[in-house]
Amino acid sequence: MSVQPLHEVTPQSALFESILELIRRTSTILPDDVVRAITAARKTEVEGSNADVALNVIGCNIGMARESSLPLCQDTGTILFYVHTPAGYDQLEFEEITTEAVRLATKKGYLRQNSVDSVTGKNTGDNTGPGSPSFHFHQWREPYVEVKLMLKGGGCENMNAQYSLPHPDLGDRNLKGVENAILDCVLQAQGQGCGPGILGVCIGGDRGSGYANAKEQLLRLLDDTNEDPELAALEQRVVEKANQSGIGPMGFGGSTTLLACKIGKLNRLPASFFVSIAYMCWAYRRRGVNLDLQGNATEWLY
Amino acid sequence: MATVKLTTPIDEATIRSLHVGDTVSITGRLYTGRDAVHHRLHSGVKPPVDLEGQIVYHCGPVMVKEGDQWVCKAAGPTTSSREEPYEWEVMRDYKIRGVIGKGGMGPKTLAACKEYGAVYLHAIGGAAQVCAASIKRVDGVDWMDLGSPEAIWHLWVVDFMAIVTMDAHGESLHKQVFEESRERLAALKA
Repeated sequence: MSVQPLHEVTPQSALFESILELIRRTSTILPDDVVRAITAARKTEVEGSNADVALNVIGCNIGMARESSLPLCQDTGTILFYVHTPAGYDQLEFEEITTEAVRLATKKGYLRQNSVDSVTGKNTGDNTGPGSPSFHFHQWREPYVEVKLMLKGGGCENMNAQYSLPHPDLGDRNLKGVENAILDCVLQAQGQGCGPGILGVCIGGDRGSGYANAKEQLLRLLDDTNEDPELAALEQRVVEKANQSGIGPMGFGGSTTLLACKIGKLNRLPASFFVSIAYMCWAYRRRGVNLDLQGNATEWLY
Repeated sequence: MATVKLTTPIDEATIRSLHVGDTVSITGRLYTGRDAVHHRLHSGVKPPVDLEGQIVYHCGPVMVKEGDQWVCKAAGPTTSSREEPYEWEVMRDYKIRGVIGKGGMGPKTLAACKEYGAVYLHAIGGAAQVCAASIKRVDGVDWMDLGSPEAIWHLWVVDFMAIVTMDAHGESLHKQVFEESRERLAALKA
């Protein structure tokens, strides 16, 4: 991509500059796969309907945010870093430098002041504090560092749901039960998660790993195909049925309720069968960058 | 559909003439107020501004201070359902004529809209730049101790667009879409 950073260069490390630019791009430029899905959705709505108006405004907003280098949505969300590093890479230093970049990004208005003490209610003012930003480190055998960033707003995060099967209304411990659970989540969310939504789903795991894996499904490209043919078919079925619900963009009514559904699985205990669903809003902010070991950006992802 | 122009403060008769599906364009003052503001009002603290005839915007904007002036960088609506336990009281006690938010609200607010003369106005969730483009000035702020996203920001807006999704006649688009979608999804159950 040829987008130039608008922030002034500060005398910091290459890693600091790369992360600051990653935050700016993530907050202000919607990824191409998401823009394509929204553009395609606009063709399915009745011209002049509330759904059509909503998708048009969303289209304008995407352009305005990109051109002005300002946040697509004022809720810049939970700051989730997914990082792959070679063995021996200093993850502690990465955390420190990245946290400083988050502080500066907040000062510049790429991020809203979004970190609140859960007991005192005090806002730290710079997006730091226990659990913020959030880091998920993995080691790998590649010689470089991959950083993916997702900004997940509170409106859609509040619509996440976790079901335990069997369930009296939703069914048994099988893919039918899973499908009914996912569609119940869509029904309950209505327009409150800023649809058209994108679902990340995990079947299995424990309550914690299930939600974590569901969010990681959102790192997949919208137009990829699940390697598991049964899950690929389920993903497609969920989107088709959700889009027949009539909920529509913003819950205004219409034919675009979901843009995609991505489903993964983890092994479970014999006693447990969780379906964990991460609801993502249309303002699906996730970007990534590959870095050399000095922190220079070598490739922008998404 | 024609767009109805509203200028704040708004009188009760104008609000009662609106119906679900109408598009409105608002010019004048908007006060932001979200979770912490509603909770504080509910606890009995009086608002720092006169809310009569005004619209409360469920919004936690991105604000940056440039010199002495606050500048609004992004300002879309937040989910309104969290204010469902409190909004009816604000309508009753302070005579606001409407709220702007997203996702709609429930039966208590719908009943209050009818009884006290108010509407629920739906902005486009996530469209923080489109909304911010209508905000021409930031005239002040109160209750900054709640943190910037939760404070009461005094915004001056010109042609802020929203759709009436709950009116003063007891109609709610959200109730209607929920019921229809529940039936449709029940028919599609695996």
